[in-house]
Amino acid sequence: MSSTTQLLRFITAGSVDDGKSTLIGRLLHDSKSIFEDQFSAISKTSAKRGMATVDFSLLTDGLQAEREQGITIDVAYRYFATPRRKFIIGDTPGHEQYTRNMVTAASTANLVVILVDARKGVLVQTRRHTYLASLVGIPHIVLAVNKMDMVDYSQARFSEICAEYLKFAAQLGLTDITCIPLSALVGDMLVERGDNLDWYQGTTLMNLLENIVIDYDVNTTDFRYPVQWVCRPQTEEYHDFRGFMGRIEAGEIAVGDEITVLPSGRTSRVKEIVTYDGKLQRAYAPQSVALTLEDEIDISRGDMFVSGGVAPKVAKEFEAMLCWLSETPLDQNRKYLIKHTTRTAKCLFSGIAYRVDVNTLEQHAAATLNMNDIARVAMKVQQPLVFDSYTTDRATGSFIVIDEATNNTVAAGMIA
Amino acid sequence: MELAEKERMTAHTFTHLDALESESIHIMREVAAECKNPALLFSGGKDSIVMLRLAEKAFRPAKFPFPLVHIDTEHNFPEVISFRDKRAVELGERLIVRSLEDSIRKGTVVLKSATQSRNVFQSVTLLETIAEFGFDACMGGARRDEEKSRAKERIFSFRDEFGQWDPKNQRPELWDIYNTRVHAGENIRVFPISNWTEMDIWQYIERERLEIPDIYFAHEREVIQRPGGLMPVSELVQPQPGEKVVRKTVRFRTVGDITCTCPVESNAKNALEIIAETAITRITERGATRMDDQTSDASMELRKKEGYF
Repeated sequence: MSSTTQLLRFITAGSVDDGKSTLIGRLLHDSKSIFEDQFSAISKTSAKRGMATVDFSLLTDGLQAEREQGITIDVAYRYFATPRRKFIIGDTPGHEQYTRNMVTAASTANLVVILVDARKGVLVQTRRHTYLASLVGIPHIVLAVNKMDMVDYSQARFSEICAEYLKFAAQLGLTDITCIPLSALVGDMLVERGDNLDWYQGTTLMNLLENIVIDYDVNTTDFRYPVQWVCRPQTEEYHDFRGFMGRIEAGEIAVGDEITVLPSGRTSRVKEIVTYDGKLQRAYAPQSVALTLEDEIDISRGDMFVSGGVAPKVAKEFEAMLCWLSETPLDQNRKYLIKHTTRTAKCLFSGIAYRVDVNTLEQHAAATLNMNDIARVAMKVQQPLVFDSYTTDRATGSFIVIDEATNNTVAAGMIA
Repeated sequence: MELAEKERMTAHTFTHLDALESESIHIMREVAAECKNPALLFSGGKDSIVMLRLAEKAFRPAKFPFPLVHIDTEHNFPEVISFRDKRAVELGERLIVRSLEDSIRKGTVVLKSATQSRNVFQSVTLLETIAEFGFDACMGGARRDEEKSRAKERIFSFRDEFGQWDPKNQRPELWDIYNTRVHAGENIRVFPISNWTEMDIWQYIERERLEIPDIYFAHEREVIQRPGGLMPVSELVQPQPGEKVVRKTVRFRTVGDITCTCPVESNAKNALEIIAETAITRITERGATRMDDQTSDASMELRKKEGYF
């Protein structure tokens, strides 16, 4: 790994039966990211449980209850690196609370690997995983057709599965999809091409992970800069310094550019882009910087600097897709808190348009929402929010809902 | 803007270290903005040294909007403690030190023997310090790659009024929108470098030219070979009958309680050489260096449930 290595975050979707753990284990193993003491620990446990081969899921099952019960409770993050990229894998348990965990892990991912068993083809759960990936807006999808060794490496079978999958994905408007035939067990088309899939001319999984272009996963045109913190050193040297600190969520900015402060609508120009490593002429998403302005305007945390072609919306009411995360159902009579970019405000739900059945994608009427439910809702917020639609900008289109009584995070939302 | 310039910036200049750094700065600023009375835990170890540089990047030219806090087990390496004090002075930041000895004097920590490892008791003094100053958020330099129970911990990790972590009842954490809310008496542990690995830390130390205590680099030291690893000879660790003291060229991959932190044999004299060694090492950081994490598969998880970092 060199100093120019890029970072890629991805998740894997599929059940243990699809060979998910074997796939992750092999990626880690073949990239030399499993250490000897880890390997010996999971080998011992696998043997103790009477397994013939090493169970790589033990690597990610970090909690005592998980190891005792042989289940996965929660999203685990694993890390590995190759000379080209550093990878963060969000590994999600396959069964209960699946929606909640997958949405959580998917929210930061550039890419999802959806696993299907070549013998079984596209299943209900494949559709569910794909729908969730599209809902959370993961930019790149890989359909990994695993266990090709179990179908005699049949090209016809692979083509059949791909055709069915692509047809389904097209209905969801998904376009960036790569289908790869592989065998995680044997190792074909993961890191090495292997000798069994000569008819396949495409990329191996590792080659794709290392090379897929992710630079344009963020919106590069419309500048979005939520103010996180106002820096006022009040020292002799920096007596009049007022730096508006934050992270550029989208687009870019240069010294001299005009910006609009929302929701107030006041405008000014960027005087300096300040960082610990010196002043910059220009900065880009996702850099964390401090901006000073030519004019003295009243600005505080929660305001957003914007510039560029498309203006965001400023409104107190909007519709959103919501994933309910809490065991306590939604109560439409209650007020909740919404946290959106750097602004937190009171909110309420003014209606549920429909709930989505994640298995069939059918829409149903709903009076409330339970854990793992996905629904289109109408919301009202006490103060105006500055937002884009989630499909335009993940950072300014996403929010969480907090129950003030328990302080729990009860829902995740994507503005329509 | 010329496309060429854009491509240079996005594809080439913004590296994984830049991405990790920006994420960590964003997290620290969220803590400063949303928590009423935060603190940053600083031990003088390499991860917390990286944390201080990230705090400089997040808040300069102003002072840090929180004090530095160290829970001193008084089982620390003297080189690390003097480094800790020197660094706090250089930065001009406030350092609060609370000692495990205070808890022993108060009777809230009872040791079985003077040379017993004190890592597990740090939690008691930490919780007492949190109560003394009313901290609602403590930032620490723990990483998810360190240990498997850490791999499932949130960046903002909620603790109840007993300082306990409930792994089965964690708040979902989506995008980078962090829920920082607590009721009075509860607090949050925040891990801004959750997504960094040991390798990232060394690459960052090298890139930022960060000064770190000398014991991280190869040096000659008297050690005793024990089943779990090499033990450094000190006032607290003396050879038992039948054990032989030998001089070896070693470095520390982690620095913790002197009675349970083992060095590894190494000739690496600077960060670049350590990066080269880290790239080929086949043993995890804690597996190689921490006797207390070898006691059971869940020793870290159990300590964390008691309020440990």
